[in-house]
Amino acid sequence: MSEPSVSPLRVPLVNPPRTMAAITEEIAAPLERRPSLGFWALFAVSSSALLLGLGCVSYEIATGIGTWGLNRTIGWAFDITNFVFWVGIGHAGTLISAILFLFRQKWRTSINRSAEAMTLFAVICAATFPLIHMGRPWLAMWMFPYPNSRGPLWVNFRSPLLWDVFAISTYFTVSAVFWYLGLIPDLATLRDRARPGSLRRRIYGLMAFGWTGSTRVWNHYEMAYLLLAGLCTPLVLSVHSIVSMDFATSVIPGWHATIFPPYFVAGAVFSGFAMVLTLMIVARKVLRFENLITVRHLENMCKVIIVTGGIVGLAYATEFFTAWYSGNPYERFTFINRALGPYAWAYWTMVSCNVLVPQAFWIKRVRTSPWAIFALSLLINVGMWFERFVIVVTSLHRDFLPSAWSMYRPTFIEVGTLIGSFGLFLTLFLVFCRLLPMISIGEVKGVLAYAQSREPSTRHIEGAA
Amino acid sequence: MSPTTRPFVAYFTREQDVLAATGAVRRAGLGIRDVYTPYAVHGLEAAMGLRRSRLSQVCFFAGLTGLTTMLFFAWWTSAVSWPLNVGGKPFASIPAYIPVTFEFTVLCAALITVSALFVVAKLWPGKSADTVPGATNDRFALVLEPIGDDNRARALCIEHGAVETGWLEPRAKDGRLSALPGAKA
Repeated sequence: MSEPSVSPLRVPLVNPPRTMAAITEEIAAPLERRPSLGFWALFAVSSSALLLGLGCVSYEIATGIGTWGLNRTIGWAFDITNFVFWVGIGHAGTLISAILFLFRQKWRTSINRSAEAMTLFAVICAATFPLIHMGRPWLAMWMFPYPNSRGPLWVNFRSPLLWDVFAISTYFTVSAVFWYLGLIPDLATLRDRARPGSLRRRIYGLMAFGWTGSTRVWNHYEMAYLLLAGLCTPLVLSVHSIVSMDFATSVIPGWHATIFPPYFVAGAVFSGFAMVLTLMIVARKVLRFENLITVRHLENMCKVIIVTGGIVGLAYATEFFTAWYSGNPYERFTFINRALGPYAWAYWTMVSCNVLVPQAFWIKRVRTSPWAIFALSLLINVGMWFERFVIVVTSLHRDFLPSAWSMYRPTFIEVGTLIGSFGLFLTLFLVFCRLLPMISIGEVKGVLAYAQSREPSTRHIEGAA
Repeated sequence: MSPTTRPFVAYFTREQDVLAATGAVRRAGLGIRDVYTPYAVHGLEAAMGLRRSRLSQVCFFAGLTGLTTMLFFAWWTSAVSWPLNVGGKPFASIPAYIPVTFEFTVLCAALITVSALFVVAKLWPGKSADTVPGATNDRFALVLEPIGDDNRARALCIEHGAVETGWLEPRAKDGRLSALPGAKA
């Protein structure tokens, strides 16, 4: 068993070094103590926001889509903006859990669990928007092809909206399975910590599938985990590509662009990492995980933001260039209208938050200061929400006929629904932090020996018997 | 029950020690029942002489099944069962079926692979676990087949840094295996 020699340049991932038992204690502690006052305060805020959203959605479903600020020119606005925003947020989780796994980035172990949970919650938030936009959400099963008494009438496999149905539902299912698979060893750890016969032990025992840590099982488990990571990687790229095709396959100037799939994927990862940073910085403080989610983790994520932010900035410039170079007057008008028209404020909010703000991360002092990162990541979240708003609304509001030109304002119901989706997201995240280990216990133990001497013990005991 | 019919267990606290001990025990020709570890120790499956998991083959064929099923289904519904003219596009628009086909390929591959894992590893919800104490927390446990009066295993394990050795009790009342307090190394 020759271990690879470890470079002295490598910095230990968990600092200061500690035992495996200490890791278990540290990560399980928030699950085994009573929630703090701060938790209840956050929970009160998030569940109130969720209630507001539930109220708005109930009113909208009972009354109709007319409660939104849409009109004949602007048939898509807040709803699809929020949908694309939330799907994008989810992408960072899969990137951390699958792509960084394939690239053997060991630092991911401290953040992958909670980032994957965020993926699931963000996709739940995203999925609610098309559902309520249907107007008759109780007929949602019509989106799926199944033998029915209407012909059978099948779905249209040539429509990007149907591709979206398959992309989002597959993404949610596979992410959930991947996440749960990663949880099983930790659930076993929690089961074995609980008092024999207690309810906690029975529940974690039920969920742990009889996990014992057997190497015969680990052998298959590691293979399955690797395969799932390999499947999730193209999946996550396909999901936002397909979301972008909702726009790109249309003939609307500002939407009909071949650059959309990579542009959307980069934007999704960019916004997702901003959201991961926003939540992690709060969570590591509140749950006292500063030694596990270190400044180094935050710094690495900031570097991903610099790269993806750069791609997003390049995409904005390319869009403008293509509009000018195409010579198409409608295309040119749409882009000049974006930058100088009545929604110029939204456009420049987007550009300053998404292109200028991330440049601050080039400075090491900024990307190693949690509070600076927190403030900047909030701005990026705002910028990425506006990106979707700009793409959707400014492309529609001044269409081919000036007589049809119009403006869009969200109604109270729409704003309430957006606030409600944040409430749903945060409520789910807070419940998750209370019930399941926020950091992968097993995987962190696996990187404890990182950058440490790995010489086997050789104790020669005379006639040991 | 005498120690001769019970599995021998040695506990380690460092992964390099359990790796070395497992290799040594196997080279000595003693039967290894299993090694219980709090995380996946790379190289341990090789030290135990386990075969590489064949789940990758399951995954490939599951994906292939998903791919052909959805491609056929999309073509059959759009071009055979009820062809509808949508914007004058051809009924059999194979390129337009690809996104859904891809998603379904991934879905089938993922779900079938994980189901296969649960089958081959015999994991199911609520299964009671025969846990070796500490194996899900901070100890690596090397469990051998009953070895009778052979003292080589203990000597080898202690030589490679075992912190405790003993014999496992068969199932205790709470469904756990428990170790006898073995001789401290």
